[in-house]
Amino acid sequence: MDSIYSKVYDVLVIGGGNAALCAAISARRAGASVLVLEGAPKFYRGGNTRHTRNMRCAHDAATDTLSGPYPEEEFLEDLLRVTGGNTNLDLARLMIRQSKPMLNWIQQQGVRFQPSLGGTLSLGRTNSFFLGGGRAMLNALYLTAEKLGVTALYDHEVTALDIEDGQFRGATVRTPSGEKRVTAKALVTAAGGFEANIDWLKQGWGEIAENFLIRGTAYNRGTVLKMVLDAGVAQVGDPTQCHAVAIDARAPKFDGGIITRLDCVVFGIVVNKRAERFYDEGEDVWPKRYAIWGRLVAKQPDQIAYIIFDAPSLKMFMPSLYPPISAGSIAELAGKLELDPAALEKTVAGFNGAVRPGTFDHTILDDCRTEGLTPPKSHWARRIETAPFYAYPVRPGITFTYLGVQVDERSQVLMADGKPAQNIFAAGEIMAGNVLGQGYAAGIGMTIGSVFGRLAGQGAAATAGFTQISAPEFA
Amino acid sequence: MTIHAAIPQGHATPALAEADRLMTVCNSCRYCEGLCAVFPAMEMRRAFPDGDLNYLANLCHSCGACYTDCQFSPPHEFDVNVPRTLATVRAESYAHYAWPQAMAPVFNRNGLWISLLAAISVAVFIAGFVAWHDPAVLFSAHTGPGAFYRLMPHNTMVAIFGAVSLYAVLALVMGLRNFWIAIGDTPKIARGPAALWQAVKDAGSLRYLDGGGVGCYNEDERPTDNRRFYHHLTFYGFVLCFLSTSTATLYHYLAGLQAPYPWYDLPVLLGTAGGIGLIIGPAGLLRAKWRRDPALVDRSQFGMEVAFLVMLLLTSLTGLLLLVLRGTAAMPLLLAAHLGVVFALFLSMPYGKFVHGLYRFLALVRYAGERNAEIDAAGK
Repeated sequence: MDSIYSKVYDVLVIGGGNAALCAAISARRAGASVLVLEGAPKFYRGGNTRHTRNMRCAHDAATDTLSGPYPEEEFLEDLLRVTGGNTNLDLARLMIRQSKPMLNWIQQQGVRFQPSLGGTLSLGRTNSFFLGGGRAMLNALYLTAEKLGVTALYDHEVTALDIEDGQFRGATVRTPSGEKRVTAKALVTAAGGFEANIDWLKQGWGEIAENFLIRGTAYNRGTVLKMVLDAGVAQVGDPTQCHAVAIDARAPKFDGGIITRLDCVVFGIVVNKRAERFYDEGEDVWPKRYAIWGRLVAKQPDQIAYIIFDAPSLKMFMPSLYPPISAGSIAELAGKLELDPAALEKTVAGFNGAVRPGTFDHTILDDCRTEGLTPPKSHWARRIETAPFYAYPVRPGITFTYLGVQVDERSQVLMADGKPAQNIFAAGEIMAGNVLGQGYAAGIGMTIGSVFGRLAGQGAAATAGFTQISAPEFA
Repeated sequence: MTIHAAIPQGHATPALAEADRLMTVCNSCRYCEGLCAVFPAMEMRRAFPDGDLNYLANLCHSCGACYTDCQFSPPHEFDVNVPRTLATVRAESYAHYAWPQAMAPVFNRNGLWISLLAAISVAVFIAGFVAWHDPAVLFSAHTGPGAFYRLMPHNTMVAIFGAVSLYAVLALVMGLRNFWIAIGDTPKIARGPAALWQAVKDAGSLRYLDGGGVGCYNEDERPTDNRRFYHHLTFYGFVLCFLSTSTATLYHYLAGLQAPYPWYDLPVLLGTAGGIGLIIGPAGLLRAKWRRDPALVDRSQFGMEVAFLVMLLLTSLTGLLLLVLRGTAAMPLLLAAHLGVVFALFLSMPYGKFVHGLYRFLALVRYAGERNAEIDAAGK
């Protein structure tokens, strides 16, 4: 172990997720010696990658797991739409172009794909699903890295970075055997965002952040991001923003992952703790409505809300971890939710009275809507009248943060003065804000991680003197 | 609120309740649906009564991929350990559907029961040889056609093994019938020959013992497991041994040729090849069992699994020794040992690990039927 700490590595990778491993593998394949430091214990390695399930790559033709072509132009249009144009166009185009060979490269590193999962047919053409999910993908990458001779250490949290004038010299690491210093010729920071750092979230959101649930591990604390920013690296993205969806309020504080999500808003109404509706539940289709509800609930008192629906809707959406709370009447349901029964009855009656006749179809923007109701329910409005009645309590679930470090097209970090740092690279969520200024589309986080991870690994290896990259590396 | 920790009500055993809890977790994730048959079968359901859970448990081949790939496996607080939980449910299902029910307790302390049975059985054969003959026959060489039958008349042998085989078949069929009814199926839904043929292919190739394509997991997160290979040696070794015995029976009754047969003759060739498979296979499986990650193992089944593997190993070992040493004075004792072990193996078949193959086969038939029905429904 001590030899690891005394050795000067060519490339040090901080972080242990998709971006970190792609960087480590590509640097190692270029010939560099590589050390990966993961702050989490082995089981929790990989940050948000553990919870992912697919990546979005452009491709010109259908494959055995993708149902049709997804041209670069269409990918760019999708990205521009979800970000509202809040993206670095050069980097976005680069990422999309590089996502095409990534589809093969990542499989060469042992990652396996499968057709889109049940219930996600809408992504079957654009997104490649990992066989066995994100942790399976990570296992494959770690296995490949290990075979190539990459050293990966767990429970190794970097506590300080020695950076002077954009030159990385070494890192201080808290290890199971005490504090150590590691040195390397080049650094790749791929340690994710700060979504699990409640104090940092409070800086943007105030005290209400206490009531947020974090969908990923408790290890995404943003300590490396903060250190790099403090060293004079240029910042990108809105520090107050994060991707928030409404998830089951009964979920654990951290790492509830995919199974606590709820996508049944369209089937009923959503009320706050005063038993009042506060937003149009039928405004738009998935995934847009999915991504706005975290923020909406965050603005409600105590950051809690309740999705209320009735018997006919129960089996129309994907099951989730917790059973819905059920009751024989609206008043009884209110009692179980500790809401004012009279208030909930009034809200439901008001809603039911405003529902106009229509033909219900939850797969399109149908003509079932309310009239004379504020806020309205524009689509999928059906009376809530058939017992048993059901409710899911929901809270904001934070997926990731947007604040990051600026990079160039080699994924090299830019200093505040706009010049590239000498030997520092960044990949993954820590620099996602360059491409993803706001919004989200399924699988883009993994594309950013893999593409910029690979670029960062190549760049770091080159900085350390390994420029000879074999042809298949660029295949 | 930690409702995920709550154990669902209304199940016969705690393991079934835990399996229900896990299927609810897995059904809201579905990341594993490409790994094997269990998860697609799960997705066809929203509720998990005991019969369905027993079906899913027997569909599971214990490849370990879902445990290794799961972001919620221990030490995560959701504590998702599908392979171990389904292993427990599976073992319980063998006892639950056993016929007659009075024999169900044999599945508890199965290793002990089978060891006793094997020991007694061998002892009785030795005693039998002695009782019917002069004790000296036990230690003298017998050669030429009919040598075995000088120790035990052929008709006696046929009567004893015919009877025990018939009983084993009866008990197995009755148990399987219980299982088939409980998993809620009828031959009609299973869609006849198509599902049956699919299940034959899936079972014959151990399609789902491959970790979703890269191989199984046994010791850690590396897919380095060879159980599929050793299981093939075991199963096809067993089949060859069965064919050897069948051919010998045909020789005896149709051709009038009496055992022992020369080394180049079909029964001996089949038996030798099968016997070798039936030594390497169970030995490899035993080795894998000892090295398996304890997190994946239901310890309470250890005795049953080891007993079955050891019985197969002893069957082939005594059989091959008998072949090699049949010209020597060791033959009578080896014959008694071989017959005793085979007798015990047959008698214990309905009440030991042997049933796993049949239950799993039926589960595969059901799965193939369900899949076909689903594809048909989607096509309409």
